[in-house]
Amino acid sequence: MARFYASTVSDAPMTGQAVHRAAYWRDLDWVLLIAAVALTTLGSVLVWSASRADLASESDPQSYLKRHLINVALALALGYIASRLNYRWLRAYTPILYGLSLVLLLMPFIPGVGVTIAGARAWIDVPGGFTLQPSEFMKIAVILMMSVLLSEKVDIESEPSARDVLLALAVAAVPIGIILIQNDTGTVLILGSIAVSIIAVSGVRTRWLVGLIGGSVMAILIAIQLGLLKEYQVARLTSFISPDADIGATAYNANQARIAIGGGGWSGAGLFEGPQTQGKFVPVNESDFIFTVSGEELGFIGSFLLIALLAVILWRAAVIAWKADDRYGRLVATGVLAWLAFQMFENIGMTLGIMPITGIPLPFVSAGGTSMMAVWIAIGLLQTVRLHEARAAM
Amino acid sequence: MSDRSNLRLAILGILVFSLLATLVARLFYLQVITGEEYRVAAANNTVREVVDPAVRGLILDQAGRPLVSNRTSIVVTIDRQELRSEPDDGEKVLRRLAKILGVTPDSISERLMPCGTEGAPKPPICWNGSTYQVVPVASDVDAQTALTIMEKRSEYPGVSAKLEAVREYSAPFGVNAAHILGYLGPVTEEQLALQEGSDAFDRLRKTDVVGRSGLEKYYDEQLRGKPSLTTLEVDTSGQVTGTLDQLPAVAGNYLVSTIDAKLQSEVEKQLVAAVQRAQAQGYPGDSGAAVVVDVRNGHILAMASYPTYDPSIWVGGVTQKQYKSLIKSDSLSSNAVQGLFAPGSTYKVVSTAAAGNEGYSLYSNYSCPKNVKLGTQVFRNYESSAYGRISLARALEVSCNTVFYGIADRMWETAGGNDATRDSDDPIAEAAKMFGFGSATGIDLPGESSGRVSSRAFKVQNWEAKRETWCANAVAGYPETRETDPKLADYYTALDKENCADGFRWREGDALNAAIGQGDTAVTPLQMAMAYAAIANGGTVYEPSLVKAVMAADGSVVERNTPTVKSTLDVPKSTINFLKKALPGVTSDGSGKTPFLGFPLDQIPVASKTGSAQVTGDKVSTSWFASYAPANKPRYAVVMMVTQGGTGSKTSGPSVRKIYEALFGVNGTNVDPSRSVLVDGAPSKKLPVIRPDGTPVTPKGKESGNVIATGAKN
Repeated sequence: MARFYASTVSDAPMTGQAVHRAAYWRDLDWVLLIAAVALTTLGSVLVWSASRADLASESDPQSYLKRHLINVALALALGYIASRLNYRWLRAYTPILYGLSLVLLLMPFIPGVGVTIAGARAWIDVPGGFTLQPSEFMKIAVILMMSVLLSEKVDIESEPSARDVLLALAVAAVPIGIILIQNDTGTVLILGSIAVSIIAVSGVRTRWLVGLIGGSVMAILIAIQLGLLKEYQVARLTSFISPDADIGATAYNANQARIAIGGGGWSGAGLFEGPQTQGKFVPVNESDFIFTVSGEELGFIGSFLLIALLAVILWRAAVIAWKADDRYGRLVATGVLAWLAFQMFENIGMTLGIMPITGIPLPFVSAGGTSMMAVWIAIGLLQTVRLHEARAAM
Repeated sequence: MSDRSNLRLAILGILVFSLLATLVARLFYLQVITGEEYRVAAANNTVREVVDPAVRGLILDQAGRPLVSNRTSIVVTIDRQELRSEPDDGEKVLRRLAKILGVTPDSISERLMPCGTEGAPKPPICWNGSTYQVVPVASDVDAQTALTIMEKRSEYPGVSAKLEAVREYSAPFGVNAAHILGYLGPVTEEQLALQEGSDAFDRLRKTDVVGRSGLEKYYDEQLRGKPSLTTLEVDTSGQVTGTLDQLPAVAGNYLVSTIDAKLQSEVEKQLVAAVQRAQAQGYPGDSGAAVVVDVRNGHILAMASYPTYDPSIWVGGVTQKQYKSLIKSDSLSSNAVQGLFAPGSTYKVVSTAAAGNEGYSLYSNYSCPKNVKLGTQVFRNYESSAYGRISLARALEVSCNTVFYGIADRMWETAGGNDATRDSDDPIAEAAKMFGFGSATGIDLPGESSGRVSSRAFKVQNWEAKRETWCANAVAGYPETRETDPKLADYYTALDKENCADGFRWREGDALNAAIGQGDTAVTPLQMAMAYAAIANGGTVYEPSLVKAVMAADGSVVERNTPTVKSTLDVPKSTINFLKKALPGVTSDGSGKTPFLGFPLDQIPVASKTGSAQVTGDKVSTSWFASYAPANKPRYAVVMMVTQGGTGSKTSGPSVRKIYEALFGVNGTNVDPSRSVLVDGAPSKKLPVIRPDGTPVTPKGKESGNVIATGAKN
């Protein structure tokens, strides 16, 4: 493992703390930051609207919002820390981060620690009434670990070796296996997308890439054939194919979500005024189904704005990946781009009835502390890559 | 960076962009293009309607006396779903319930069976309502029993007792009027299916009770009112989160009937008396009807049918036993409106009008022999005898059949005799249609019969319908009858052979029978009353009506019924004048004289016509007495008939006289309008007053009918 420390990627020469600090604020991707802050703010308003009805009878109707805001504050702090990290440090500690994430990921299996929510045993109890979803941190760990492995070669034009690719695949496969056991299908799909994207952009031979994608599809088909996937996992897929066929639990969600969004029209029912939202007809509409709140209460105009903000973030992530002066930076940015893009598409797509229903949050918008922290760390990582290239360009 | 990496990143970028575009496109489709249907779905999701039926309107008589009102009753209901979830299908519960209600378990379980299922009794005993509705199984349950049921919930799962508004028949003067008033029952699945898709808030709902016959059915929408509707906002758990809208109930409208309770009660009594009179003569006297109509506007002042039943039997539903006895007594349908009877000699006014139209002199003399022979058939003078040559007026007075046979025979020959075609003249049938026979009168009651006019057209229709049967029988030759009675079989076979060959032909005998209201002619007593009213008023056949006005519960007039003309007698004025001159003679000097002996005809001349219609088989003739009075200034037409009752004069006549006595306040030979059963001697021109609390102002003292009604109840 020693070779991880033998990185020769050039860091920008530091000319002093003051210059460094000034350069940090100057070189930050402000568009990305502002879009992420705006989206987080919009998300908080939606969470507030969605949770009001739940807590109307309790003493403090804002308690849910307050907890959400604490999470946001923590997430912003973590994002800032992530943006302050330098490559060398990051690469050096990535294996440890990966190892820690794996340990966290296994903790839900420990009785008394693990919590099952909506059939997925993917949460752990944290003191203070919070729960943690380790799979969210796992996404970051997988991105970083795969990027490290696939950018081993000094020569920027050379392609990763077969050994590197296999190692990188293993890095993704281990957590995917664990999460599959935890019944968290949505996260499996996201991790898979991240892994394929990173390997693709790393420049592996097209043959391998085609083999990888083909193999994944085969694996899923075989899993269904052999009955390895649980009945409800298949049901989720089929209920998405014909959502009107039955009004079972999954289809009920899909149906109510579409009623809420469809009812919004051009300009929506108005904040706090959505009958579906305020009547709690859409389940978990403060987290996984948060988009229905925007759809119903803010209408097409508000929801378009929400998607536009997400698009800005994805655009900045793509630009940072494009401009990255080294493969490591590009792969990290690519991983974040793939993660946020597919998670967003899956989450919004399921509320619109074009994707199967899975339990994953909408980045920056959904309530849920771990997800919020993870996506803000991702923003921090994008900023790190950006700052690195800015310094390299000097 | 390698080209390969750049290319793949670019592809990833394009992929991400397409995902975003897909989302926006789908969002636009859902929200902007198909948004409306989801908005409707969302509204249905969050809104619950609570519907409370309105208080059903009262039915008042013409003076304001309530004939049907409401009272509260403790009703025991059963939720079948809950009962069926018991381990023994709720059998024990039913047994327990039957015991405290004092009925048999079967009488409850038969009420629970949905109509049409195997082993279910026929409507209205079986459950004709909605599947999810609780079924009422007993009403007027005493409070103690209801408390027992409600307190021992575990012993009576699915059983519930609640206060409900039910119909009350206050029966002023002991009036029955069951066939006029009708009854209520749960709304049927068919009715609900008819208004499928309607979301009007006053549409019928599964728990509604609707009129199932009589005025209750005909005016159901008016009487029902509009339910109160509270629209509540609810969340997924059904918790009420707010009230969106509240529409108050609109109480059902009141019907002000044309019926006068006191007169109706008298007419009902007189009809029973006529039937008893028939039975006293040794005749079956099995059914009857009586109608009193205001000749100037077609208002039905009284209408009775025998046999009848107690309308309150329907309150809370009937049991199988009760229903069987209703069917057995044949009392469910109204003989006055639905019964069809041969009119006999009362029909001679039609033949007279036809004769006038055909140019026969109404003032000439006609031959009245003992009988008329057509080949082997002999047509007799049933009620009458040979009078030689007499005037047509006299022929009506003494009801000489042969005079009308003669006229009919000549009309038949004029029309072409046996060579006539189906389009040839049929003067008597034409006249009958003018009088309103053969078609519904248009009375505001459901299920009216149209009746039949014996005619060329009818014979052709009938032949087309029955030809095959006749021809088949003619060939087969009645083998079963032949075993016991070869002669009768021969007769039947010959008859069917003839019918098969030319059953469509309007034969001479048909023409003769038609002239005296025999043969295929069948009329309702109501049609007869409207026809005599038309003679009385100078030629207008009104649509009879039972409702003078519809009033709101606050006393305002919703709708006043104006007289509707159904048809006019298209006859020369002289014909009507002739009839109006001749018919009083029937009462003073003809077949109607006996029952009116001693009646002050000088003050109140009565125009009448008797009838003793022959019925096929060995049945006794139908007794008819059709009339109107005062003949010089006609006001009321009264018609009474009793099947298998003998002659019109002997059986119905005396009862009609009693009705006139009641109407005009006749006591001996003294006429005193203040003694009339009608308050102030005539139907009230004004509508009754309804107090702000919804109670009608009824005539004072003994005219209110309450004294007698209470007496009858106790």
